[in-house]
Amino acid sequence: MAERMGFFTDTSVCIGCKACEVACKEWNQIPDDGFVFEATSYDNTGMLGASTWRHVAFIEQSRPVAVGGDEGVDRWLMSSDVCKHCTRAACLDVCPTGALFRTEFDTVVVQADICNGCGYCVPACPYGVIDRREGDGRAWKCTMCYDRQRGGLEPACSKACPTDSIQFGPLDELRERAEQRVARLRADGNERARLYGESPDDGVGGTGAFFLLLDEPEVYGLPPDPVVTTRDLPAMWGWAGAAALSAAGAVALAFLRTGERR
Amino acid sequence: MAECHPVGFQWVMEAKARGAKVFHVDPRFTRTSALADRHLPIRAGSDIVLLGALINHVLANELDFREYVLAYTNAASLVSEDFRDTEDLDGLFSGWDPETATYDPRSWAYESTPEGRPSEQAEGGARHAKTAGPDTYGARGAAVHPSPPTDPTLTHPRCVYQIVKRHFARYTPELVEQLCGIPRDDFAELAEAITANSGRERTTAWVYSVGWTQHSVGAQYIRTASILQLLLGNMGRPGGGILALRGHASIQGSTDIPTLFNILPGYLDMPDAGRHEGLDHYLELEGGSTGFWGNRRAYLVSLLKAWWGEAATEENDFCFGHLPRMTGDHGHYTTVMNQIDGIVKGYFVVGENPVVGSSGGRAQRLGLANLDWLVVRDLALVETATFWLDGPELETGELRTEDIGTEVFFLPAASHVEKEGTFTNTQRLLQWREKAVDPSGDCRSELWFYYHLGKLIRRRLTDDEIDRPVRELTWDYPELGVHGEPSAEAVLREINGVGPDGRALSSTSQLRADGSTTCGCWIYCGVYADEVNQAARRRPRREQSAVAPEWGWAWPANRRILYNRASADPEGRPWSERKAYVWWDAERGEWTGHDVPDCEIGKPPGYVPPEGAFAQDALAGTDPFIMQSDGKGWLYVPLGLVDGPLPAHYEPHESPVANPLYAQQANPARHTYNRPESPYNAPDGRFPYVLTTYRLTEHHTAGAMSRPLAYLAELQPELFCEVSPRLAAEAGLTNGGWATIVTSRAVVEARVLVTGRMRPLRLGGVIVHQVGLPYHWGWGGGGLVTGDVTNDLTPLVLDPNVYIQEGKAMTCDVRPGRRPRGPAALDLLERYRRG
Amino acid sequence: MKRERAVAQEVVPEAEFRSYYGRPVIKPPIWHEPHMPTYLYLGGVSGVSSSMAVMARLTGRTRLDRTARVAAAAGAALGAGLLSAELGRPERFLNMFRVFKLTSPMSVGSWILAAHGGLSAAALAGDLTGILPAAGDAALLATAVTGPLTATYTAVLVADTAVPAWHEAYRELPFLFAGSAMAAAGAAGMLGTPPAHAGPARAVAALGAGVETVAGHLMERRLGFLGEPYQVGRAGRLMRAARVLTAGGGLLAVVAGRSRALNAVSGLALTAGSLCTRFGILAAGRASAADPKYTVVPQRRRLDEAS
Ligand SMILES: Nc1nc2c(c(=O)[nH]1)N[C@H]1C(S)=C(S)[C@@H](COP(=O)(O)OP(=O)(O)OC[C@H]3O[C@@H](n4cnc5c(=O)[nH]c(N)nc54)[C@H](O)[C@@H]3O)O[C@H]1N2
Ligand SMILES: Nc1nc2c(c(=O)[nH]1)N[C@H]1C(S)=C(S)[C@@H](COP(=O)(O)OP(=O)(O)OC[C@H]3O[C@@H](n4cnc5c(=O)[nH]c(N)nc54)[C@H](O)[C@@H]3O)O[C@H]1N2
Ligand code: SF4
Ligand code: SF4
Ligand code: SF4
Ligand code: SF4
Ligand code: SF4
Ligand SMILES: [Mo]
Repeated sequence: MAERMGFFTDTSVCIGCKACEVACKEWNQIPDDGFVFEATSYDNTGMLGASTWRHVAFIEQSRPVAVGGDEGVDRWLMSSDVCKHCTRAACLDVCPTGALFRTEFDTVVVQADICNGCGYCVPACPYGVIDRREGDGRAWKCTMCYDRQRGGLEPACSKACPTDSIQFGPLDELRERAEQRVARLRADGNERARLYGESPDDGVGGTGAFFLLLDEPEVYGLPPDPVVTTRDLPAMWGWAGAAALSAAGAVALAFLRTGERR
Repeated sequence: MAECHPVGFQWVMEAKARGAKVFHVDPRFTRTSALADRHLPIRAGSDIVLLGALINHVLANELDFREYVLAYTNAASLVSEDFRDTEDLDGLFSGWDPETATYDPRSWAYESTPEGRPSEQAEGGARHAKTAGPDTYGARGAAVHPSPPTDPTLTHPRCVYQIVKRHFARYTPELVEQLCGIPRDDFAELAEAITANSGRERTTAWVYSVGWTQHSVGAQYIRTASILQLLLGNMGRPGGGILALRGHASIQGSTDIPTLFNILPGYLDMPDAGRHEGLDHYLELEGGSTGFWGNRRAYLVSLLKAWWGEAATEENDFCFGHLPRMTGDHGHYTTVMNQIDGIVKGYFVVGENPVVGSSGGRAQRLGLANLDWLVVRDLALVETATFWLDGPELETGELRTEDIGTEVFFLPAASHVEKEGTFTNTQRLLQWREKAVDPSGDCRSELWFYYHLGKLIRRRLTDDEIDRPVRELTWDYPELGVHGEPSAEAVLREINGVGPDGRALSSTSQLRADGSTTCGCWIYCGVYADEVNQAARRRPRREQSAVAPEWGWAWPANRRILYNRASADPEGRPWSERKAYVWWDAERGEWTGHDVPDCEIGKPPGYVPPEGAFAQDALAGTDPFIMQSDGKGWLYVPLGLVDGPLPAHYEPHESPVANPLYAQQANPARHTYNRPESPYNAPDGRFPYVLTTYRLTEHHTAGAMSRPLAYLAELQPELFCEVSPRLAAEAGLTNGGWATIVTSRAVVEARVLVTGRMRPLRLGGVIVHQVGLPYHWGWGGGGLVTGDVTNDLTPLVLDPNVYIQEGKAMTCDVRPGRRPRGPAALDLLERYRRG
Repeated sequence: MKRERAVAQEVVPEAEFRSYYGRPVIKPPIWHEPHMPTYLYLGGVSGVSSSMAVMARLTGRTRLDRTARVAAAAGAALGAGLLSAELGRPERFLNMFRVFKLTSPMSVGSWILAAHGGLSAAALAGDLTGILPAAGDAALLATAVTGPLTATYTAVLVADTAVPAWHEAYRELPFLFAGSAMAAAGAAGMLGTPPAHAGPARAVAALGAGVETVAGHLMERRLGFLGEPYQVGRAGRLMRAARVLTAGGGLLAVVAGRSRALNAVSGLALTAGSLCTRFGILAAGRASAADPKYTVVPQRRRLDEAS
C-alpha cells in the first residue's frame, strides 16, 4: 500500500469561497442539490450528502458590542467539511456488498457499480457523511478523488482552494504541520483552536481528513466524540445471541409446558 | 477582497501568516472581515472622512516620511495666490461657476514662474468636464510647470504641505466617529498601525475596489488614499502602493486598449471635434512636454501607422484626420438618455448586460425600447436581448411588446475558453491563454466578429472621401481554421509594434515620431520582443526570483512595480536593506535591482535637467513619478480633476445625514440627470435607510455567467437583503422571510437574511441602519434561479471625473413581505414619490 | 438567526448544547416505510415460527406445525421481496451475496435470511408435497438455528449504526425484538390454527408479549435521555400503541383458551402490536438521528466526564 494520503483542513484560513464545493462537483459530475434559500448565513447547501461531497459551513458568532449595545458579529467561522476517511470506517465495516473499500492510499471509496443501495452505510457513519441519492438509489460520498490520485493529481477541492485551507498530502506530514499551526494559533491567543480527528486514539482511530477548528466541533455540525459503530459489534452479537437462545428456549418452554396434544 | 478576488486574497493570507496586520473597512462584515485582524464597519459613502482623519493624524503629529515627502512629492511646491480652499468657501474650491456647475481650475495652479503657464492651463475646465477629458490629464501628467517655485522648509503658507495640512485639520477622530460610525479606539488602532508600519523599514498597502469608486466622489476617494500613501512614503516601494482590484477578467486590458469613449490605446486622448484642429494642435493641447508624456508624438504617430500603414504619411498628419472625434459626453448613462430622447438610434451591446448590471434598470430598458436596432453579443440570451419580451415593464404595463420597434439581433459569442488571446490582470500583467475547445455552433470570438464585420463593410465601400478612413485601414490578419479566425498572435504583434527593419520592437524607447515605427499601444511595446510572445511565459515561481519576471509580461517594459525609483533614497540607495528593490549601482553606472527600474537605466541620481529640456530629460535623477510633467507624486492636484485639487468629504447624492463639515452637502460637480425615468429620493424621512450594493463570491456581476450554472446557482439561489437584527425588529422583517425595498425608482423584493454582520451605526445621537443588497439576479438570461433586479433601485448619479455611477450609497425604505405585482407596484411607487 | 439552542426537556435535567442551525449531525436511516419495519416484523414472524414448527414437529402438533411452517416460509419470502423492493431493483439483492462480512450485520443477516428462507421453504415444501419428507424435516430442524437468529439479528442490524436511540440500546433491543417476534409468531399461530391446537402458540405469544414489555421498559429506563425519542412524537405514539396492543394481546392470549373470537382478537392485537413496535423503532431511530441533541449531548458528556 502506498503512503496514507489525507486532508488537513485548516478552517482558520478558510474564506468561505466554496471553490472546493464547486470544484468537487465539476470534477465528479455531481448533480445539483436544489435551489433553496436557507437563510442560514451564506450556507444554502446545508450539509454533506449524496450530491454535496464538500460542504462549507458558515457560523456567525455574536457578542454584545459596546456601541449602543447592538449585536455585532464577533467572528464568522467558515469550514469546509468532507468525508473523514476514517481509520476505522463504520460505513466500510457495515457495507454488505463490499462496494465500500479501502484504497491503496488508505482512503475509503464506494464503487458505484457494486453498491446496491442497501443504505446501511448511511446511518452507520458517525459523521453523517455518506448518503443515498434519490432516484439513483446508490450511496455516494467523497472519494478523495481516487481517480485523480491514481493519475498523480491532487484532489480537485484542495487544488481549487485559494488559501490552502485544504491541504492534501501524506497524512504524517499533515499531522506535523497541523500541530505547528495549532500551536501558533494558541500562542496568538486563540485558546479554543484545536485539532479534530488527527488523533489515532479517538473513537474512529483517527481520520484521514482531519481539521483545525476554532470552536467545539458541534458548532460546525460535527460530532464531538464520534465512535465507530462497529466497536460494540461483538457485544451486540453477544446480546443478540443471548436473545436468540432465550427466544428458542422460551418457545421450547411454551411447547413443553403446554399440555394438550393433537 | 476575499469575496471578489479570492484567488488574490491568498496573498493577503500569506502576508498575515508572516505577521502583517489586516484591517477591513466595509459597511458590512464580509468574508474579508472574517479573516482580517480588525473589521471597521463604516457608513457607506464616508471614507474620505476616515482617510482624511488619517492624513490629519500623520500631519498633526509630523509622522510623515519627511525625506521621501520632500524629495518625491510636490509638498514643497507653492500654489497660486488665487487658490481658495473649501475651508474658505464652505465646501467649494475657488473657480466654481454656479451657472455651468463646473470648476474653472485656473486658480488651483502652482504659483506662476516668470515664463508663465502652459496655455492649456489657462483654457479652463468646463470643456474638459464635458467630455471627461480631465481623467486623461490625471493619467497623463498635466501640463504643469516642471519646476514651480518651492519652499523646502515646508513652512510657506501656500506650499502644498501647509495647504494639505490646513485642509484636513478638521478631519478628526471625533468626526470619524460621528460620520463614519467608527469608534475612536478603533480609529486610534488603525492610525497607530499604519504609521508604525510605514517608513524606511516597513510599508503599508491599501487595497480597494468598487466600494471606493462607485461614489459621486469616487476618484477623490482614491486621491485621499494617494495623499496618505505619499506622506507615509509607501508609493513605488515593495509592499506599498494602492492596489486597485479590478473587475472583469481583463478589464485592465480593456482600459489599456480601451473600450472607453474618451481615450485611444495607451491613454492617449480621443480627439475632440471642437478642440483639436490637426495633429500638431492636438499634441500641443494634450499637456506638457516634460516627463515621459513628452514623447506622445512618437506614441500617437506609431499608433496611426499601425492603423493606416502606408496611407499614413508625414504629409497627411499620419491620417490623424481619420480618427473619430468626440462631440461631447458619449458615456454610458448619457447615451441611454440619448436613446430615450431618440438621438441614439442603434446600439451594440457586447459582453455587457446593462438592463441588469447598470444603474437605473428601468431607464436602461426604456432607452433600448426606443432604438431602431440593437445588437447583443453574449454567451447567453441575456435580459438585455429579451427585455422587449419579458422585461418588468411589461408586467407593470408601462411597455407593450407590440409597441416596441427595436429590431434586436442576438449574436452568440465564444467564451474565453473557446478562443486564444491575452488577459491583462489587475496588476497590468498580460497572460496568454490558449484555446481549450472550439466554439460550438454559431458562436464566434470578438476578434472574428469585428474582423469579418470590417471585411464586409469594406466590401461595400465606395471611392467617396467619407469612406476613406475605413478603406485605408490595414485590415489583413492571417485567417486560421474553417471559420477564418484571425490570428490573435498577429494582433498582439501589431500592438507590440514593428521597427523599420520589419522586426518586432522591444521597447517603447524605440518608438519614433517620423513614421518609421508602428505600435498599436505604446505601453504594450515589448510584449512581443524578439518575436516571442512574452505574455505566454510560464516559468514556475520556484525557478525564479520572488518578483517572477518570467511569468507573463507586465506593461510597461515588464516592470512589476510602477515608480519603483522611489524604493531608493534620493542618492539611489535602498531606504533599508529589508525594503531594497531597485538601486543605483555607481560602479556600473546604472540602475539595477530585483525589478526593471522605472527610470532611465543610466540616469544617475544626481542628474539635474538642463534648462528647457524635453520629455524624460526634463526630469531630475531624483524624480520617480516619471509620467508627471514635474516628476513628483501629487499631494495636491494643480490640474486634472474636475471636482477639486484636494479631496473633501461630501455626502452621497442621497444620504440621510447632513454634511457637518461644509454647507455644501454633496459633491457640487457630480453629474445628475433630472429626468422622470429615474427620479431621486427626497431627502425627507421617506427613505430612512442607507442602501448599499455589492457582489457575492458565488455569482458574477449581472449574473448571466453564474445564474445558468447549477453549481453556482445552488450556492446563492435567491436575491436577499442583509439587515441587522435591530433593523429587522424595527421594520418587521423575519429571517428567511421576504422584504420589499423601495426607492423612488422601483420596488424590489428580496429574501431576508437577518445577521449581526450588519451593524447599526451610531452617528452622534442617531442610529443609522444600512441595508445590503447584492445585484446578481434578473428575470431571465438562461438562469436556473431568478430574482428582482437590484439596479432598478439605484440612482443615476455619476462621479464627474470618470462617470462611474454612485451604486454604493443611496437611501431606501424597507417593508416586510413581497412586493405588489403589476400596476400595483407602480401605485406603491407613486405613493412614495408623492410622499 | 439562532446558532445555538438551549434545549430544556423533561426526561433529564436541562441539556445545554450547541449545534449547526439545529441540523442533524448524522444521517437518519433512509430505509423506506413500510418496507423496512414490515421486514423486521416478517423476519420476526418467520424466525420464531420456525422455532415453533420445530417444536410442533417434535411434539407432534401437526396443525400448528403446518401453520408455523407456512408462516416461516412466507415471512422469509415476503421479507426478501420487501428487501428487493427497498433496493429498487431485484438484481441488486444478489449483490448481497458477493461477500460475507462479519463486520456487517446486514451481510451476516442476508446470509442468515437466505439460509433461513431456503430452509423454511424446503421445510414447507416437504410438508406440503410429501416428497422427501425427511429432507423437509431436516431443513426444519436446521431452522432451529437460523430461526432465532433471523428474529434477532435485525436488532444488531439497527443497533450497529450511529443512530443514538438504537446504538445505545444494543443490549435490550435483541430482547425487545425477540419478544416482539415471539408475540407476532405466536399470533400468527393463533390466527392460522384452530384454537384447540393453538395452545403453544398462545403461550409463545404471551411469553413474547411479556418479554417485549419488560425489555422495552428496561431499555427506556436505561437509555434515560436517549429513551426520549421512543416516548415523544410519532414514535412515542406508535410505541405506546404497541405497548397497549402487546400487553392486551398477551393477556388475552393467556385467557383466550378455546374461544375463537378471543384467539382472533388477541392474534390481531399482537400482530398489530408487533408492527407498531417495528414502525415505532424506525420512527424513534429517525427522530433521534434528526435532532442533533441526541448525538451531541451524550458525546459531550462523555468528553466532559473524561476530562
Ligand atoms: N465573485 C465575484 N468576483 C468578482 C465579481 C463578481 O461579480 N463576483 N465582479 C468583478 C468586478 S466587475 C469587480 S468591479 C470587482 C469588484 O470587487 P469589490 O469592490 O470587492 O466588490 P463589491 O462587492 O461590489 O464591493 C466591495 C465592498 O464595498 C463595500 N462598500 C460599499 N460601500 C462602501 C463604502 O462607502 N466604503 C467602503 N469602504 N466600502 C463600501 C460593500 O459592502 C462591499 O463589501 O469584483 C470582481 N470580482
Ligand atoms: N448595483 C450595482 N451595480 C453594479 C455594480 C455594483 O457594485 N452595484 N458594479 C458595476 C460593475 S463594477 C460592473 S463591471 C458592472 C458589470 O455589469 P455588466 O458588464 O453589465 O454585467 P456582466 O454580467 O458582467 O456582463 C458581461 C456579459 O458578458 C458576457 N460575456 C462573457 N464573455 C464574453 C465574451 O467573450 N464575449 C461576449 N460578447 N460576451 C461575453 C457574459 O455572458 C455577460 O452576460 O456592473 C456594475 N453594476
Ligand atoms: S466519515 Fe463516514 S463515510 Fe467517511 S469514511 Fe468515515 S464512516 Fe465512512
Ligand atoms: S448503500 Fe452501497 S455502499 Fe452503502 S452499505 Fe449499501 S452497498 Fe455498501
Ligand atoms: S477529494 Fe475529490 S471527491 Fe472528495 S471532496 Fe475533494 S474534490 Fe470532492
Ligand atoms: S476552497 Fe478553501 S477557502 Fe474556499 S471555501 Fe473551500 S476550504 Fe474554504
Ligand atoms: S474567478 Fe478567475 S479571476 Fe476570479 S478569482 Fe477566480 S480565478 Fe481569479
Ligand atoms: Mo466591475
